[in-house]
Amino acid sequence: MSEMEITLNVNGRDRTVSVPPRMTLVDCLRDMLRLTGTHVGCEHGICGACSVMFDGEPVRSCLMFAVQAEGHKITTVEGLADDDGKISDLQDSFWECHAMQCGYCTPGMLVASQALLAENPNPDDNEIREAISGNLCRCTGYQQIVEAVKMTAQRRREARS
Amino acid sequence: MKAAAFDYVRAADLDEVCRLLAEADDEERKIIAGGQTLVPLMAMRMARPDMLIDINDVPGLSEIEDRGDQIAIGGCTRQRAVERSDLISGRLPLLAKAVRNVGHIQTRNRGTVGGSIVHGDPSAEIPLAALALEATVVLRSASAETEIPLDGFFEAAMVTNIEPEQILTEIRIPVWQGHAIGTGFNETASRQGDFAIVAAAAQVELAGDGTIARAAVSAGGVAPSPVKLRGVEAALAGRQADDLDAAFEGLGDEIDPDTDVHATAAYRSRVAKKLVARAVADAVAEAKR
Repeated sequence: MSEMEITLNVNGRDRTVSVPPRMTLVDCLRDMLRLTGTHVGCEHGICGACSVMFDGEPVRSCLMFAVQAEGHKITTVEGLADDDGKISDLQDSFWECHAMQCGYCTPGMLVASQALLAENPNPDDNEIREAISGNLCRCTGYQQIVEAVKMTAQRRREARS
Repeated sequence: MKAAAFDYVRAADLDEVCRLLAEADDEERKIIAGGQTLVPLMAMRMARPDMLIDINDVPGLSEIEDRGDQIAIGGCTRQRAVERSDLISGRLPLLAKAVRNVGHIQTRNRGTVGGSIVHGDPSAEIPLAALALEATVVLRSASAETEIPLDGFFEAAMVTNIEPEQILTEIRIPVWQGHAIGTGFNETASRQGDFAIVAAAAQVELAGDGTIARAAVSAGGVAPSPVKLRGVEAALAGRQADDLDAAFEGLGDEIDPDTDVHATAAYRSRVAKKLVARAVADAVAEAKR
């Protein structure tokens, strides 16, 4: 039950840490790598606040042990902004639509929405609602979140045309 | 909500998995694939394995293969891969419909077909569809490989007939050959993606004269394990597809629902009758197209 040394690629950088096998990925990201943007909520796979991209697909980082992420690519909410810290268009839309109150669910909502838009650039309301259905917002601000995702999609469409 | 300490091994191949399981002695060694059921159980300390054997790097466990009269799905195949598979939507549409109701995108990206089956949650969707279609599972240990029917595999809620030294390597689901085949899947849950309170799966084949030639029907959330409704299936066979009500009269005798925090037994019975009838009606409508 001793610690294991693992290397994972987080937001484009290889990071090597020593962790006990029972440490979840979210605890490793927050406590070992000090990436506290990913929130830890329920710790048993209900709330979605800990969502991160694992090899490009959204997953719950409380339902994985960090040792399982050895050799894999993780993108956290910190990885959505560009290198000089400028927030992404999606984050900008969240800000503009007031798509957050307390901020508890926000990193998970952003990761889930980012994954949706990567796969489906023109989601309708139902598709957006399904994509964020695994993420709980305690302030019940779902409507603004849906608006923010729609706004992002629309702005990307306009930028392309 | 932190798991108890355990040793972790990332297995390189199936032989290593079987060897580690065989050498467990009095240790509890568990396989971890997607972890979407096991990790919450560990977080709540309802499971405290001494060792986790990670099979995510084991080759040959994540394929979806067309074998003509059946589709073979590797135990470690992600639920999301099933959802995205053209082979599954074309050849096993009932499973395609069922998998869309499993959890959320984040959990389907990790959760596996084998994990859903070996845990045996009474309201899980994948076992329900597979059971209706009379699937079999392949269980392997260091000494033997056996293929057993899914009907009988589910022992009780969260208890299945897999030995501690066995790993589920594959599930084999029969494909119906025929033209007028339709499927229906219905469930009720608090929210889309939550655990089903009650779920129903149906697949039918229509004969040329408009009668039901063959029906496969199952229900979940109505007993400690998913139930294949053999009585309903027999009552449907040979019946005119536009006059089915009488076929569901015996349904109550085939289910044994319990009251829990989510719903009462009486509610589950009522909803089961509606959902099963609706799933069959959807299947018939689809078969007519």
